[in-house]
Amino acid sequence: MKYVIKKTGTLIITLLIVSFLSFFAFSVIPGDAARSKLGTEATEEQVEALQKEMGLDKPIVVQYGIWLKNFVTGDMGESYSYSMPVDQMLKEKIPVTITITLMAFLMILALSVPLGIFTAQHEGGWLDRILMVLNQVAMSVPGFLLGIVITYVFGLVLKWFTPGAYVAASEDFAGFLGYLIAPCVAIALPRCAMGVKMLRSSVISQMEADYVRTALARGNTKNRVMYHHVLKNALIPVLTFWGMTIADIIANSMIIEQVFTIPGMGSLLISSISNRDYPVVLGIIVLIAALVVVINFIVDLLYSRIDPRIRIRE
Amino acid sequence: MKKKQKNYNLILGIFIALFMLLFLLAGLFYTPYDPDAMNGAAKFAAPGTEHLFGCDHFGRDILSRVMKGTGTTFFVAVSTVVLGGGIGILVGAFTGYFGGWVDEVLMRFNDVVFSFPHILLALVFIGVLGPGKYNVILALSVVFIPSFARITRGEFLAQKEMDYVKSARLMGVSHLRIMFVHIFPNTLPSVLSMAAIGFNNAVLAEAGMSYLGIGVQPPDASLGRMLSESQTYLMSAPWCAIFPGLCILLLALGFSLLSDGLLKKGGK
Repeated sequence: MKYVIKKTGTLIITLLIVSFLSFFAFSVIPGDAARSKLGTEATEEQVEALQKEMGLDKPIVVQYGIWLKNFVTGDMGESYSYSMPVDQMLKEKIPVTITITLMAFLMILALSVPLGIFTAQHEGGWLDRILMVLNQVAMSVPGFLLGIVITYVFGLVLKWFTPGAYVAASEDFAGFLGYLIAPCVAIALPRCAMGVKMLRSSVISQMEADYVRTALARGNTKNRVMYHHVLKNALIPVLTFWGMTIADIIANSMIIEQVFTIPGMGSLLISSISNRDYPVVLGIIVLIAALVVVINFIVDLLYSRIDPRIRIRE
Repeated sequence: MKKKQKNYNLILGIFIALFMLLFLLAGLFYTPYDPDAMNGAAKFAAPGTEHLFGCDHFGRDILSRVMKGTGTTFFVAVSTVVLGGGIGILVGAFTGYFGGWVDEVLMRFNDVVFSFPHILLALVFIGVLGPGKYNVILALSVVFIPSFARITRGEFLAQKEMDYVKSARLMGVSHLRIMFVHIFPNTLPSVLSMAAIGFNNAVLAEAGMSYLGIGVQPPDASLGRMLSESQTYLMSAPWCAIFPGLCILLLALGFSLLSDGLLKKGGK
């Protein structure tokens, strides 16, 4: 319990630091928000009046406080280019990105765990070698390149799906999920390769431990030793990797959404960066950052469940 | 038995990396055509003897553009590793060697930054600084500092307790000399491997950002941008996508093999 409280404290502090840094960066560097909103022909008085209205004349910490209070209640300011509340713009995009993340993550789990165990059990065999070579290549392919290859092979040549024919979830949920399969594969494959590599080496190093020899000597079958003894220990380092993977998937979906023209948070973020629409960029980035921090928090807690030594050490 | 096994990763990695290096060096001095020259007659020309890799939608020679684009990507990646790696190594060396509260604070900060995916942090920086080649270099360098600092710090922490450091200290060698003449060479295997990983990540991140249109800007040829332009003509002219894609893949694969091989060689 003490561990949970301590970790929650760290979580809140990290969230505050991350959001403050983002807020600070976006309020200092882009120049004058009021001026850019009014355009070049505004008079000094107009600019000053708007600055007051937007609260830009107050000290940065006070501004941050106001912004944070609004952000927590769901008010993320107004977009410069669309004159629309940011939270309104994000409302439809967030579920899309979350669906992609979950789907890709499930794919990674479903593929990398069996493959990792299999290759570890057959270390040095011909299938293991072939898989390891494929793995190495898959790790070096950027997701968007894989996305283009998938579009070409499965979309244009084999015609398994129509590239660019995105369906909104509200119209046809099955069609929506179906369209997301290809982008999710593009995101999942490189990370799946890393997962296989990690689990494989983790299992192999556990197999050399004394307890494995003892368990085998006592007459346990190989499979029992693998699933009851080895796997639990081998999964500990892999768990951290999975936590980082979720964050990674979110980051990569920003790019993949562009490849498959999916109107998620990523497409919005990229167009907002190009348009210098800072309230939108700030909102998305803080949202994603918060998500990443919370996921790390959950992984830490899971970690201490599986391996109680961690709770005691800290 | 295992020791006799050849380090295929290292050999193959060096081979691919050298090949790509030669390819882009050649591109600095000679390209078959002007990479920016548009030729209406050669629009979407298929790969052949005239244009080895074919032509794009403006009739520009893809081989020439890929050569230039590889150069741009390489330039961005090398600058990033030198800048980010250099600062990271310095930070790691000082915090690892001297320790103290500065070390404590910086490492906490590092932990926070480290938990974010590279590409996301880079996007934040690009969001603040605006698109462009030099901003990409700046953004990626800042993003890479923590990983280099972490690796170097760990090595320095372990090395500073060794006897050779203590005896050098007894002989009156200054801290700075111990750090960079005595300890640093011993950290090279991990640092070099980290540099190769960093290079690999930089290539992927640069390609990704240029693909999104917020990285390298025209008229600079860039592999990522070529890919994004090729997508419209994927069915009729797949070669517009194949060759830039292959270049990115080879660059990334070469350096990831290199880092694996270096790690194996360092015995870790």
